[in-house]
Amino acid sequence: MQPRLPLGVGLAVTWLALVVGAAAMADWLPIADPTRQSLLQMLAAPSAEHWFGADSLGRDIFSRTIYGFRVTLAVSLGSVALGLLSGGALGIVAGYFQGVAERAILMGVNVLLAFPPLVLIIAMVAYPGQPLLKVIIALGIVFMPAVTRIARANTLVYREREFMIAARAVGMGDARLIVRELLPNLVPALLAYSLLLVAVAALAEAGLSYLGLSVPPPTPTLGQMMASEQSNVLEAPHAVFFPAGMLFLTIFALNVVGEEVQRRIDRRARAA
Amino acid sequence: MLSRLLWGIAGVTATLLAVSVVSFLLVALLPGDLALLILADAATPERVANLRAQLGLDQPLAVRYLWWLGNVLSGDLGRGIHSGQPTLDVILSRLPVTLELILLTQVVALGVAIPLGIWSAYRRGSSIDTATLIGSLCLLSTPAFVIGLVLIYLFALNLQWLPATGFVSLGEGLGGNLQSMVLPVVSLALIEVPVYLRLLRSEMIGTLQQNFIALARGMGLPTWRILVENALRPSSLNLITVVGINMGRLMGGAIIVEQMFALPGVGQLLVESIYQQEYLMTQGIVLFVATMFIAINLITDLVYALVDPRLQRGREH
Repeated sequence: MQPRLPLGVGLAVTWLALVVGAAAMADWLPIADPTRQSLLQMLAAPSAEHWFGADSLGRDIFSRTIYGFRVTLAVSLGSVALGLLSGGALGIVAGYFQGVAERAILMGVNVLLAFPPLVLIIAMVAYPGQPLLKVIIALGIVFMPAVTRIARANTLVYREREFMIAARAVGMGDARLIVRELLPNLVPALLAYSLLLVAVAALAEAGLSYLGLSVPPPTPTLGQMMASEQSNVLEAPHAVFFPAGMLFLTIFALNVVGEEVQRRIDRRARAA
Repeated sequence: MLSRLLWGIAGVTATLLAVSVVSFLLVALLPGDLALLILADAATPERVANLRAQLGLDQPLAVRYLWWLGNVLSGDLGRGIHSGQPTLDVILSRLPVTLELILLTQVVALGVAIPLGIWSAYRRGSSIDTATLIGSLCLLSTPAFVIGLVLIYLFALNLQWLPATGFVSLGEGLGGNLQSMVLPVVSLALIEVPVYLRLLRSEMIGTLQQNFIALARGMGLPTWRILVENALRPSSLNLITVVGINMGRLMGGAIIVEQMFALPGVGQLLVESIYQQEYLMTQGIVLFVATMFIAINLITDLVYALVDPRLQRGREH
């Protein structure tokens, strides 16, 4: 039902490729050391040397933004993969085998959904442990229930389709049936949803790092960069708004791509 | 009707119990000596021994849970390690600020989203519709704290119209209170507007294609009356559900916004309790907030039944 947005999906994909590429290869790019401080460059305005200017410790904001995206990407991709695998498996088991397993899984899903997501995430992040891993696991657990529901709903739809019944009739076992026949049909719906989840995860990581609950300094994270510079926002708006703008563009691009994929899948489903 | 109600109550009770188990395990599964962890730098051998006995750490997990549940049901969520104040009292004293923030946010978000959603559905494909959709996608792509930073930069620091921090409680005067709430509420409302707007728009597009709308049109009713009186109600059922479910999402947003604007609410309390490793406070807040949202969702279901007459009739048969 959504009209086609007059925005280049190609542009969005290009932007995402740039961000992912820069973050992945940050160590080899000719950019400043993100942790190197310089009193002379304190809150320096954007220039040819410092594209995004420098922060209150004279560190290069462009370089810190690129390194900050590493945490954003690791958390987004890791947590969505975790949510997708665990939720997908649970949803398939619930929808395919039904019975007691289904009821137990749905009960667990409802319990997790009873907690406000960020409250649960923050409570889990409070555990002692490796920060990056904690954030990934906490977000992954919070993503699990919705994925479980989608996987289950789709499994219920395909379970009684002719090709499944036929495959069962020729003696295909449950495991092979799930992997060979069912799973390929679940991929489109789960893929579209997971693209939107990546955007949600990036937003959540920004919020957590803004609160100081994601990966601690000296590793730069986008939220923590903005939190530590917000008291200087009047003198040096660039120190806050350049990282903010980069984060916004990236999440916006993710959403544009996610909606396009969703639109194509909807259209295909209507055509079928 | 009665059996449905009983099943509903049983379901809610089961969920509440499960929520309590999760909240209990959140602290019980902490690695290491729980009494030492909880007391942290305030630990003396005597206090550790006391807390151990109080938590029943030498008992099996299930016994400890029942013990803990008994305390919780009588309103005892433990005490702050540093302050010594009962956890529940501290949470309740912070609650009004958070509730005010969340309720004002819902009012503002719906106040913006409903007219815009109706209009962009009615003028589907127009430039206003397109602008609204792009605006929604932009807002969906922005963290609440970034919106807050932009608002602080523009309205508090540059124009100096509104305070950025310095919460004024309701008791100190309504005017000052509302003034200190404007920026936090707008920051939070702007990320909720697209959620409501997109939902209402797509429901509304469906409703506007129905026969009874064509009939109302044929009767020559003015457009605004058709939109508001005939089309809005059947289109708003899912919206009501989402407004209820969204209370949880808003609680998450409130954590960040309260921290940002120094509002002394439950969200700020949660972040403080994490910083200070007050595990019992964290546990208390998680349990309290989850219970509150289960109650809110129950109320949403009841409101839903009031708005949709089909559900009531269905129950009587």
